[in-house]
Amino acid sequence: MLRYFFKRLLHGVPVLVAVATLTFFIMHVVPGGPFDQDKKLPPEIVANIEAKYHLDKPLLQQYLLFMAQILQGDLGPSYKYLGRDVSAIVRDTFPVSLTLGLCAVLVTLGLGVPAGILSAYKQNSALDRTCIFLATLGISVPSFVLGALLILVLSHYLHLLPPALWEGPRHAVMPAFALGAAFAGYIARLTRSTMLEVLSSDYIRTARAKGLSEASVLLKHALKNAVSPIVSVMGPIAAGLVTGSFVVEYIFSVPGMGNFFITAVTNRDYPLIMGVTLIYAALIVLANIAVDMVYVWLDPRVRI
Amino acid sequence: MNSLSLPAKASAIFLSVVLVVAVFAPWISPYSYEAQDAASVLSPPSASHWMGADRLGRDLFSRILYGARISLFIGVCATLSAVLIGTVYGAVSGYAGGRTDLFMMRVVDVVFALPDLLLIILITVVLGRGVAAIFIALSMVSWVTVARLVRGETLRIKEFSFVEAARALGAGHARILFNEILPNILGLLIVTLTFRIPAAIMAESTLSFVGLGIAPPASSWGTLANDGWTSLKFYPHLILYPSLAIFATILSFNFLGEGLRDLLDPRGKSKPS
Repeated sequence: MLRYFFKRLLHGVPVLVAVATLTFFIMHVVPGGPFDQDKKLPPEIVANIEAKYHLDKPLLQQYLLFMAQILQGDLGPSYKYLGRDVSAIVRDTFPVSLTLGLCAVLVTLGLGVPAGILSAYKQNSALDRTCIFLATLGISVPSFVLGALLILVLSHYLHLLPPALWEGPRHAVMPAFALGAAFAGYIARLTRSTMLEVLSSDYIRTARAKGLSEASVLLKHALKNAVSPIVSVMGPIAAGLVTGSFVVEYIFSVPGMGNFFITAVTNRDYPLIMGVTLIYAALIVLANIAVDMVYVWLDPRVRI
Repeated sequence: MNSLSLPAKASAIFLSVVLVVAVFAPWISPYSYEAQDAASVLSPPSASHWMGADRLGRDLFSRILYGARISLFIGVCATLSAVLIGTVYGAVSGYAGGRTDLFMMRVVDVVFALPDLLLIILITVVLGRGVAAIFIALSMVSWVTVARLVRGETLRIKEFSFVEAARALGAGHARILFNEILPNILGLLIVTLTFRIPAAIMAESTLSFVGLGIAPPASSWGTLANDGWTSLKFYPHLILYPSLAIFATILSFNFLGEGLRDLLDPRGKSKPS
């Protein structure tokens, strides 16, 4: 298992190198730079700035410098937030985004899995149809629409929850829900269809024939076998949570990495864009490895 | 089941209306999308302005009709081109097999490794924030999903005996691909199309909402929602109606896709789910 882990980790390296290379060159073919302003700067100052950020060197040398920096865990200075480097910004904002992401995973699984189980258990009932309908609604609602609606109703009209910022558990409720709702809908439908398949199998009939309680049949026998497909979509869902996060952070003014990413793109703060992209890619690689590990652990039939 | 389900039928009708409205927006809309009326700045919905007016006094209903053009154009056209590219790429990759297949799929894997929105943002940083740029970015991102799907189907279908029969009759590779294999994937492609369009509309509106998508004065529904966002508390109608347009359209596409899947793709086996 440990060997498999390291092997997968090693496979992630070329992906990250490709991502770093890709973003580096994309960022450098862009016309116009972060220091372009309406007022033309004197040429000496431009030269000074370019020298400070190595922008005067040939592209290949800049690339090698950039890669060497990354290897030392240094993501370079931010162009816009003077005196702060990208690594420091990431260090400050990443924990916020991670917490938000984990809360959203809780929402996703906490709502999606039970809804899917109930739906499958009461197949074709009113409850089932309601669950399916809600799931389709959840999938179809963009997170910014849901977020705006939540703020309007729960904050402005009912004054139940704070509309913005990140200062405690109460601040996490709405962002986590706005971020997780779509995936909860997705998980609910997936859980339902795999549960339906499992529930019609022979060993479930056997379990029932043995006189086990319905709860025991559902949760111990059926769910255990329905859980693998759910785990296997958690990889793509992690990727969706990562990118979904910057929209939600924007709406709720959460000081996370995604919010900085949006500002970085608008400001053309290239090192910050590259740094955050790289962190995102690394996160997704790690999430996929974790998902595969859990998958193997859950289902011994899967060969490493 | 030989006909579409009820929600799917209703969705198809709704989407046809939206499409007609988008195409004929200049003739249908009561006002020009940029006509400013100082007297009705930020007015709530009324008889003269059905959905109210924005902070420049522009009629929101008209702007949503025009927004439909951009949102739908991007959603439909970007998806069409992505499906076209993905289908050809995936079919060739799966049909060729061997080392060609391996190499072609590696390329797909790399694009696949990055999340869609992130890649679209990076591309628009280079290409700018016009309608064309978003269209190109969306196509460049979403063809990989289609390519994977089509490759898998091609791999499966090319082993069938009717393909072998065609080959025995002397059919060339192109003929086998286009006359034998692709017609058998058509149902799957139509279903994929109906599910990818709402995803594209969602991606575009999300980007425009955070200010990284379509740049004003061109306004998609996402741009309109972003306009309304800043005055959420006091003028909620400004964000409500664009959001409703986005939501209803995406929901309808999803219902339609489910209906079509049950109808065209019997192996989708997810009964009425």
